[in-house]
Amino acid sequence: MNKILFLITFFLVSNLLSQELISGKVTYINESNIESNLEGVSVYWEDLSYGATSNVNGNYSIPFSASSNKLIFKFIGFKEDIVEIGDNKKYNHLMVVDNSQLDEVVVNKRKKTIQKSYFKTQNIINVSSDELLKAACCNISESFETNPSIDVSYSNAVTGVKQVKMLGLESPYLLITEENIPMIRGASQVYGLSFIPGTWVESMQITKGSGSVVNGFESISGQINVELKKPYSDNPLSVNVYSSNMGRNEINIHGNKKFNDKLSSGIYLHVNKNSSINDNNNDGFLDQPTSKAFNLFNRWQYINPEKGTVSFLGVRYMKDDKVIGENTKDMAFIRAPWKGGINTSRFDSNFKFGYVNTSIPYQSLGLQMAFSKHDQNSFFGSRNYNINQNSFYSNIIYNSIIGNTLNKIKLGLNYSYDDFDELVDVKNNFFTRIDKSIGGFFEYSYDSMDAISLVAGIRYDIHNNLGSFFTPRFHMRYQPYEKSVIRLSLGSGRKASNIFSENQNIFATGREIKINNNLGKFYGLDPEKAFNYGISLRQGFFINNREGDITFDYYVTDFDNQVIVDWETQGELSFYNLNGKSFSKSLQIDLEYQILDNVLFKSTFKNYDVKKQYNSGFKQNPLTPKNRFFTNIEASTDENENGSKWKFDFTYNWIGNQRLPSHTSLIDFKGSSPSYSLVNSQITRVFSNKFEIYIGGENIGGYTQKNPVLGGYPFGTDFDTSLIYAPIHGALFYVGLRFNN
Amino acid sequence: MKYLIIVSLFVSSLCFSQGNNLKSQKVSFNVKGVCEMCKDRIENGTLKLKGVKYVKWDIISNNISLIYNSKKIKLDDIHKEISLLGHSTDKYTAPTEIYNNLPDCCLYETLSIH
Repeated sequence: MNKILFLITFFLVSNLLSQELISGKVTYINESNIESNLEGVSVYWEDLSYGATSNVNGNYSIPFSASSNKLIFKFIGFKEDIVEIGDNKKYNHLMVVDNSQLDEVVVNKRKKTIQKSYFKTQNIINVSSDELLKAACCNISESFETNPSIDVSYSNAVTGVKQVKMLGLESPYLLITEENIPMIRGASQVYGLSFIPGTWVESMQITKGSGSVVNGFESISGQINVELKKPYSDNPLSVNVYSSNMGRNEINIHGNKKFNDKLSSGIYLHVNKNSSINDNNNDGFLDQPTSKAFNLFNRWQYINPEKGTVSFLGVRYMKDDKVIGENTKDMAFIRAPWKGGINTSRFDSNFKFGYVNTSIPYQSLGLQMAFSKHDQNSFFGSRNYNINQNSFYSNIIYNSIIGNTLNKIKLGLNYSYDDFDELVDVKNNFFTRIDKSIGGFFEYSYDSMDAISLVAGIRYDIHNNLGSFFTPRFHMRYQPYEKSVIRLSLGSGRKASNIFSENQNIFATGREIKINNNLGKFYGLDPEKAFNYGISLRQGFFINNREGDITFDYYVTDFDNQVIVDWETQGELSFYNLNGKSFSKSLQIDLEYQILDNVLFKSTFKNYDVKKQYNSGFKQNPLTPKNRFFTNIEASTDENENGSKWKFDFTYNWIGNQRLPSHTSLIDFKGSSPSYSLVNSQITRVFSNKFEIYIGGENIGGYTQKNPVLGGYPFGTDFDTSLIYAPIHGALFYVGLRFNN
Repeated sequence: MKYLIIVSLFVSSLCFSQGNNLKSQKVSFNVKGVCEMCKDRIENGTLKLKGVKYVKWDIISNNISLIYNSKKIKLDDIHKEISLLGHSTDKYTAPTEIYNNLPDCCLYETLSIH
């Protein structure tokens, strides 16, 4: 509680620093070709927070806006200009006489790649495609490495898969949607994020805490929504080529075609291949799998503004093959080598339809349907794991108002069907399950630019295995001053734990897998249920005429029931339901400051307290750093007339001690891993708006875990590749190019 | 059955909001203003009137389109209330003292001289 009080005090004090003016002169070129002052020009922020008119000398001055950096200059007979203002206190503007031959003058100053809104009720962070470019490779799970809200770590020493966490909890507790259709779940939980190529992504929205009720009851610690590129707005042709010193090569090609002003279509292709054998730590195991994958997506977009309809149709197929395990190339084996393979294929199709009533514009109807078929066949040493999932999801949403458009409502229905078939090398090794659910939801939002807004939602679901239950969610925003925002959120969530597909790192071990069956519906276990509540405080400020802000987030997830994955006993891995307390408390402090016109500084400190009741006691979650520190600096040179410039990006991560489960090979660590630092950096040379080349490095210091593969003999019970606290491979360097037409 | 509850809830609330539309009137008329700030003032001010459901004001044409419940508010009152915000409509001229207090960039009478 003291922590929170401190935050609130700090928050209120730092408010005194706000309120700054931007001023400048508005001019135009008169008939005699002389630059003259222009009187009477309307100058205002795009969010309408402040406005002014230029005086006889062409001068204007207005306070900075909390939510907009776009300044609009407008005057009859002249072109309207929208200018993005960075941190400049002075901005002079030249108006151009309106003449249809002249192109619209839009001066782009700088746009932030991660945007936090002052106005949205929920704590949502928008990540633009520019931010995704900062981590050039390869898929979205890796792109989070430059984003402090999400933690990325390796889940084991052999599969090369990175795992994401939010608020101290693993990705199964996140609802990951693709254009608001739940996507990374069940069978695709572990590898799914790596199957979305980064170049396909238009933007991502990260919601901290329980999200909206619209997308279902499954989100517990947060939601990530991924918006893919749309054929209507994407470039006609884009090419991205990537190559790294670890032998990974990648090509992305997008082609889009507009058949007429209503119908457009796009084809997106991603191919990657990694054929080189890397064993830089000489433990006899490949640091990264050799792999090949391709991913093809065709989508159609139809928009008809007169009738108020928009629809999308998409079909996608992907195939990914990985070979993992011991390096058999250079070694003479006196025993069978430990090898593994993970072969995945997936088919997706979806259809979306939206209708806005053109005569009553506040009413709209949306329909979404998605079908997917996911097949994974894999083996890890002598263990097999196969999972097939067929999934159907549909929802219908109706938007309207109560009284007036400040009070909006959403109501709708979801139906989802999943059937799972699993083969696991444990007792009773075939598992089949069908999950069916139908749910109705209602969400009310009070949405205004005033000091308070709120979103309150409730849903009721009937699920064949989870039962029937209500899920409430509540979000509130209070903005007492222009640059201060307080947000509160509260909600519950539930999920069925797909214990094997969510925890595939258990297979690359010699541990005996045990399930403490208590006659529940999911592998004998009961479903998980949790409450999440949190507070977020954000304060904008100006220091030295430059903009910055500081954000405090404190979120708590309290589990009512949870499936505990118990790594505490060497040679054993047990699953059982929570009997006692389990929580995750996360504190995050972000500081962001525009140091110079072209240099943005971001820094984050995070503290996690994730504890749960194991059979062996109440303990901190293993392999979860209690403290983390993150710094990112992005800089660029001024853009030349042809659009050319240099861009620099630098990320520093410090990862604190992590509790290690006991294992005889880790005895030197005395139960806790050392802290370490990681440095990533990237330099991009933009030659024009169409062509750029980038070069970069990940883990440049080359810090690695000394002994990622534990327990000598790979077929013994002590064998373990999943007690991973640091990167497995050393420094990685890459080079690539992007072409857009 | 439980499923029926969900579906009927959904359908009945759909009908309810559709039924509400029957009382809705759609009109558009001229409201004087210049800039995005005016737009904000006009739209927010009008939306606060009881019975007004939806407002959109277009800067270029100075045209306001609105949907309102004719049982709750008269069209004439909407005109009057908007003029009291400082923005003259087809029917009512804004009182001078209110007009004079408008933000600089919203002074449509003086700005239109240019």
